[in-house]
Amino acid sequence: MTLQLNWSRAATLLQRLGSVIGLVLLFIVLSIMSPDFLTTGNLLTVLRQVSINALIALGMTFVILSGGIDLSVGAILALTGAVTAGLMAAGHGIVLAAGAGLLLGLVLGVINGALVSWGRVAPFIATLGTLTLLRGVTLSYTQGSPIPVTNSSFALLGGGYVANLIPLPVIWMFIAFAVCGFLLRGTVFGRHVVAIGGNEEAARLSGVRIAPMKLAIYGLSGLLSAFAGIVLTSRLYSAQATAGTGYELDAIAAVVLGGTSLAGGRGWLFGTLVGALLLGFLNNGLNLLGVSSFYQQIVKGIVILIAVLLDRRQ
Amino acid sequence: MRKLTFLAAAAATFLAACSQQGPGESAPAAGASAGGAASGTPVVGLALSTQNNPFFVELKDGAQKAAKDSGVQLVVVDAQDDPARQISSVEDLIQKRVSVILLNPTDSSALAGAVQSAQRANIPVITLDRGVDGAEVASHIASDNVAGGKMAADFLSKALGGKGNIIELQGVAGTSAARERGKGFDDEVATTGMKIVAQQPANFDRAQGLSVSENLLQGNPDVQAIFAQNDEMALGAVQALAGKNKKVLVVGFDGTPDGKTAVMNGTMAATVAQQPEEIGRLGVEAAKKLIDKQPVDKSIAVPLKLLTKE
Repeated sequence: MTLQLNWSRAATLLQRLGSVIGLVLLFIVLSIMSPDFLTTGNLLTVLRQVSINALIALGMTFVILSGGIDLSVGAILALTGAVTAGLMAAGHGIVLAAGAGLLLGLVLGVINGALVSWGRVAPFIATLGTLTLLRGVTLSYTQGSPIPVTNSSFALLGGGYVANLIPLPVIWMFIAFAVCGFLLRGTVFGRHVVAIGGNEEAARLSGVRIAPMKLAIYGLSGLLSAFAGIVLTSRLYSAQATAGTGYELDAIAAVVLGGTSLAGGRGWLFGTLVGALLLGFLNNGLNLLGVSSFYQQIVKGIVILIAVLLDRRQ
Repeated sequence: MRKLTFLAAAAATFLAACSQQGPGESAPAAGASAGGAASGTPVVGLALSTQNNPFFVELKDGAQKAAKDSGVQLVVVDAQDDPARQISSVEDLIQKRVSVILLNPTDSSALAGAVQSAQRANIPVITLDRGVDGAEVASHIASDNVAGGKMAADFLSKALGGKGNIIELQGVAGTSAARERGKGFDDEVATTGMKIVAQQPANFDRAQGLSVSENLLQGNPDVQAIFAQNDEMALGAVQALAGKNKKVLVVGFDGTPDGKTAVMNGTMAATVAQQPEEIGRLGVEAAKKLIDKQPVDKSIAVPLKLLTKE
């Protein structure tokens, strides 16, 4: 019994360290192969590039930890970005526009949670449905054309810097990581998320109220997607109807690369950050090395497959 | 209370430290422009919107061939039609300190920030096929749509013996392609004995090209030719004519694979083909000129080619 426990602990540790080791190895290889890689400018650029995916992936980690999945994150990002830009175009202030965007994301996430808990729809199907629905809503709201941002101080949110050095989206990413880390490790909410993912029936019998928990979990994912959508809209200085297409897969990839089990109940938030960085450095490094984008997708696919295979071996 | 003061002070410092400008971007970055030269062959970056469209793949092929010929190393990055991805890949090119960036924007409205970051790093940007709103670029290279419209009118004038009635299917109102193609065509038709009896937008769309053509043909039975501002609408017009037993010449624009096939089959009389390879080639040549410190035209028009069955 003791031996078995130690083994599973060792395996978990190995899997967790796997992503960190992978990141360190990639870092070393890229530093040697490309003279442009290991510069402050480039490293900060990559951090900024991964920040959008990291924000979404943090929310996704909670969903996956609870044994679910959220495919609607990219669609929520597009709609909330469009609504935020639309409200500003209509003459409203940044606070109101961004606040409305965040609230919309939260509500859409809670709707996902309601479908999954009260509607008893499998998360994959429920969020696939809302993904399609919200894409359609975004296209009709924007009429398919981009909504330009007219408020110049809004551009700071995604394009600004602190102390002329650190991009603001990187700060948002770390703040969100700290808050989510506290939620997961320091609150009853976090322990219940893990309990539901480990064994939903057991969690219910031990007094965890499943339905409100799921509303909160998917709500958090929607909220973070909306935040990512607002930051992205600020960076692009316009809201694109098709923004965020395929981002759900990038976010899931970051979570899985980080060593969180797709079966739920087991994982860590720091790993998600590592996973997002791994994907970001991979993209950046292959671009710096001048590798064709066709091969880049092959490499990315192989890396994800290896991570999933490692997960299966647990 | 003290805590609150501290928080307020911290927030104020934080806000004061915020700025629009990033590291190194404000400095002239002396090494940046010469970055490529340091390794011998100059490096040019090509940021494509997508490689899912044969048009842009041909553009890339043209650029790669030209790069080989002129001794330039070409680094190609692909945005898969995602503006956020394109900003990231342009940033990667800046970090790689390429000498010039050839940018084929995914979207005219979203890339101004990326162009400005490149310029702050002293890397000139040349836009290909689509322009960027809100940012100055070293040069813009695209098809000469006005000349293309004129070409279509000349072809019809010759085929119809200088007189006849024409229907014109227009593209999305307000786009530069629709405006310029229409202007070239309309101005040239005005100098001949031909007459445009009806013109209406069908938004570059095949299904709309079909329904608009049907309506216009109903109202104007005596028509000898239809000019569509792209091949998709022209193919819609071909469908509208399919049931009718009369000879109407259809001329399209772009030279898409479907359009070319229709010209070969004889269902379309001609198409004004764009030359994406040429856009790519001229892009690399302009980049080479910038590297050699030679002047480059602000706007370079790429010639079009009239494709007929012969």
